[in-house]
Amino acid sequence: MSDDLYQEHILDHFESPYHKGELDSPTCTHRDKNPICGDEVELALRVDDEGIVREAWFQGHGCAISQAAASMLVEEIEGKSLDELKDFEAQQMLDLLKVQLTATRQKCGLLGFKVLKTMIYSLDDPQPAGN
Amino acid sequence: MTESTIQQSLDVEAVRRDFPILGKPLSGGRPLVYLDSGATAQKPQCVIDKVVECYENYNANVHRGVHSLGNRVTTELEEAREKVRSLLNARHVEEIVFTSGTTASINLVANAWGRKFLSAGDEILVTVMEHHANLVPWQQVAEATGAVLKYIPLTADGRLDLSALDELLTTKTKMLAVTSMSNVLGTINPIKELSNRAHQVGAAVLVDAAQSVPHEAIDVCDWDADFVAFSGHKMYGPTGIGVLYGKRQLLEAMDPFLGGGNMIRYVYRDRFEPADLPAKFEAGTLPIAQAIGLGRAIDYVTSIGFEAIGAHEHQLTVRAHEALAEIPGLTIYGPEPSQKGSIVSFSIEGLHSHDVGELLDRKGVEIRVGHHCTMPLHEHLEVSSTSRASFAFYNTLEEVSALAEAIRYAREVFRLK
Repeated sequence: MSDDLYQEHILDHFESPYHKGELDSPTCTHRDKNPICGDEVELALRVDDEGIVREAWFQGHGCAISQAAASMLVEEIEGKSLDELKDFEAQQMLDLLKVQLTATRQKCGLLGFKVLKTMIYSLDDPQPAGN
Repeated sequence: MTESTIQQSLDVEAVRRDFPILGKPLSGGRPLVYLDSGATAQKPQCVIDKVVECYENYNANVHRGVHSLGNRVTTELEEAREKVRSLLNARHVEEIVFTSGTTASINLVANAWGRKFLSAGDEILVTVMEHHANLVPWQQVAEATGAVLKYIPLTADGRLDLSALDELLTTKTKMLAVTSMSNVLGTINPIKELSNRAHQVGAAVLVDAAQSVPHEAIDVCDWDADFVAFSGHKMYGPTGIGVLYGKRQLLEAMDPFLGGGNMIRYVYRDRFEPADLPAKFEAGTLPIAQAIGLGRAIDYVTSIGFEAIGAHEHQLTVRAHEALAEIPGLTIYGPEPSQKGSIVSFSIEGLHSHDVGELLDRKGVEIRVGHHCTMPLHEHLEVSSTSRASFAFYNTLEEVSALAEAIRYAREVFRLK
């Protein structure tokens, strides 16, 4: 773990994000904000009949940490099953980032993760996740 | 104004020695460049000493006991109240109510005045540049009473669009709640003119003066404001103490806000009679040492003088505008320095304010980032957040250069051309 937040891999994901944009006819979408700094992330998934995430895209704006983390997250979860993603933990998301985050910046780094978790668990509910 | 005339009127290096924190490096030995006084100002040694003196020598509750400590602390507190009266040029000392801060002061008026005197269809006029502290309490009282919130719009350069007043100010308007200085744009609003216009339609005027009080001489009589709120901690005093000034006849007409000890004349089993002003609005134990510390801060600031403070801070603001204007992709929000106080808010293309704050901190430059408790203003500016440098009289031109240099460093880290 490095204490330098702005390493190449973070900046690379921030500048050239993976699957940033709109996903056509998604199975589910969800969006949330970090009210302190205005970071915003929306995730959209296409899930097949076996419950496997075939495509994951994100949209949003905010600091480098929140946006790079969302980019890494969608790259990570493609090909995984929804059940696997239910077991996906916050620490695994932080490990993907490979940098040491203060408590405040963890909210940025975990914004996309939080959106994912809320969305996946809301799939079990009859009501769709709100935007 | 030239540098040499500034130095004659304000010896910045001498002033800096009054603030112990300014001489203490951050971790790793970085010198502290504190450009966040708009959030909270640093405290001079004399204020710190005064608070310690209170706790060490005459700590007791006020307005209660007859013992020696109680008498001494009550005298000190009432002296502090008189210093506040003098600072604001209020007519009567009982027009000065101690609260916990600007937010509490405004909530007091919104509740004790608003809930009594507003009814359905009445209008509360606010502005797009208000801090949430001067918006949310009015939204709450509007919901409770059926009153309607209206907004004075802004010009393109971030001043109030006074041409809209003809339409907005009507006999329905019962309250104009406005800041005297924007905590983001720095805009100094024409309070005297606004107050005059509002009074012509019979509206009361509340001024959020949190950002003005540390920087310029305030005269509530000249403003003809009905209520003025500010916080001690932005005025080089302790946190937890604030002030509400209210015209005596208005404060007398209002019902108490919080009930409890100190605010009563007499309590029966089924009712109470409120105390006279200002105790009527000071339920419970006051932040005593903080109020006394604020009194000391007022002495300190007035001994330096608002003329010298204003001239120096204006020079810092002008220099900051010049230095930041040279940085590619940087946008400054708000009017030119001649129209505003010592606040410079900006955004940088390709860099989120959160990252700006983090990277500037590496260089010891401490600024505020985010929406600064002004979400409607940021929506109006069409940005989710901004970075804000706010200057006090203890800041130097070298620190303004350090700000510009740190921003250039942040752009380099983000590989911006």
